[in-house]
Amino acid sequence: MTTKPVFEPGATPVLECENVVKELGQGAGLVVALKDVSISLVPGELTLLMGPSGSGKTTLLSILGCIMQPTSGSLKIAGQTVAGLSAEELAKIRRDHIGFIFQSYNLFPTLNAIENVRIALDVRGITGYAATSRAEDVLRDVGLGHRLTNYPGNLSGGEQQRVAVARAIASSPSIVLADEPTAALDSENGHAVMALLSRIAKEQKRSVLAVTHDPRTLGYADRVVRIEDGKIVGEERRPEGLNAPEITDLTKRRKLHA
Amino acid sequence: MILTLAIRNLLHDRVRLAVTLIGILFSIVLVAVQLGLYLGASRMITSNIDHADADLFVTTFGAKSFEDGGLLLTDRERHQALATPGVQSVVPLLVSFAEWRKPGGGSTRVVVIGSDFEDKGLIPWGLTAGTLEDIKSPDGIAVDKSYLGELGIQGLGDSAQAGDGRVKVKALTEGVRSFTQYPFAYTTLTRARSLFPVPRDTSTFMLLKLAPGADPEQVKMSLSSRLEKSEVLTKDEFRARSLKQWLFRTGAGIALIGGAILGSLVGTVIVAQTLYSSTKDHIHEFATLRALGSSASYIHKVILAQAGLSAVIGYALGMSIALAVIYASRSSALPMVMTPNLAVWLFALTVAMCAISAISAILKVTKIDPATVFSR
Repeated sequence: MTTKPVFEPGATPVLECENVVKELGQGAGLVVALKDVSISLVPGELTLLMGPSGSGKTTLLSILGCIMQPTSGSLKIAGQTVAGLSAEELAKIRRDHIGFIFQSYNLFPTLNAIENVRIALDVRGITGYAATSRAEDVLRDVGLGHRLTNYPGNLSGGEQQRVAVARAIASSPSIVLADEPTAALDSENGHAVMALLSRIAKEQKRSVLAVTHDPRTLGYADRVVRIEDGKIVGEERRPEGLNAPEITDLTKRRKLHA
Repeated sequence: MILTLAIRNLLHDRVRLAVTLIGILFSIVLVAVQLGLYLGASRMITSNIDHADADLFVTTFGAKSFEDGGLLLTDRERHQALATPGVQSVVPLLVSFAEWRKPGGGSTRVVVIGSDFEDKGLIPWGLTAGTLEDIKSPDGIAVDKSYLGELGIQGLGDSAQAGDGRVKVKALTEGVRSFTQYPFAYTTLTRARSLFPVPRDTSTFMLLKLAPGADPEQVKMSLSSRLEKSEVLTKDEFRARSLKQWLFRTGAGIALIGGAILGSLVGTVIVAQTLYSSTKDHIHEFATLRALGSSASYIHKVILAQAGLSAVIGYALGMSIALAVIYASRSSALPMVMTPNLAVWLFALTVAMCAISAISAILKVTKIDPATVFSR
């Protein structure tokens, strides 16, 4: 089943992916990881990409994040076609438009919180006082003003993930991609990180896509895209006026009906 | 941040950092000692040529070095040289091995060097006791004080038999050592001639000074056509010929240069190995950097900065030890030499060695698949 992109009236997608196919391996070991997938992201929206293990979530995230090239299909980031670009050109697109949050945080253990954020700015050519000032601002924004010089080893899992969020948004990317952002966190920290991602989408008008199979995250989604066996099998949008707890209840009721 | 990350990566594993620095240190000390010996030997071999006040040297045909001139030139060659346009002065110099009979018994060999000091041909340098006038006194000679024991004498005033005559030590030099390990014995031309059974006008070399404005090449050509059984060499040519004889025909120089090359190879391999394993350990961080959008060159710079920092620290440590070794060798048979040029060259070698070492690590990160960030 192919799901056509759904756009909010008037919102211009910053990411458009159409009919993407991804084959992994070759010969007898060939696996079609993604089958004709289409999805788009618009500013101000937190989208959840949900599906069981092996459904193609991370492969799709890699393609949307310009880390992997699709076998066929098209991908546009901020209007620029990605197909056929070199590794360096893809890196430039990631620099200019995309912020990443990883399941295992992927912080640099030898750098403190400010330096972990600064390095993401440094690769974008933002250095010196401007970088330090910006890093402090975003860390304070995610509630880590009191942990600026702490090293990852001295931070809790939730704090480390917030440093990762700060690193992802420090350069003000239009797209934030998160891979299982709550998987390694307890309930309280998981909710805190999702609330943060939701706030980033709403207040900073960014497109946030989080890959997850954590049902606790549903309440924060504006849209839920479901993927199974490499195909998008459904898409739900938060009903107008419904808040986080209500959408969670709605999901539970749907599951009961099913 | 490149430098910060490089420093932190290095300090992250201090044992590996220590191994890297020891590798560089070992390499630098080895190369410095080998090249220090090479330079020391070169200086020793050419010291008399360097100190001779000459633009051109007339030698017997085929003379291989300063000590290998023979006793074949006569006043005939001197007059022919003096008659050549562009030649201002010709000073005869006698250099020959002679048997030295120790006062207490036994013998060794010395290289007798005879020159008239008034003519400024080759004046003994580094005098620490006695004067040139003392050397001119009857039987007077000057030897280096480091050879007193080998010559079987105590110091000034002692006599010995050299060649066919008696000599008396009237002056001592310091730091004038011979690569052949046969001590130099400086005396006047007349005294030197009297020590050998040769005619009174015999000499080994003619030291030529050119008239102001004379073209050395043209004078050399004119001299060569006049002096058929002799060779005319510039100072540089004579120096190069002596070095070739003692350093390369004997294999000594090749052994020293070979040791230096081996030292730099060992250093390169050790640094390459440790840098590669450091890069491997930090590969996920480099993959994260790549996923964050860093260019490949940014990551290469981090690795090169690690290599550069290792080079600077390793060089500082290595040179400190090398200088101590060189200082300790100052009174040995073959003192090592460190020059500013050699120090700069060694630094360049260290940086090059570390940069080459970084290649394997850079090749490793070049193959990074940023998608691995999702597989941790």
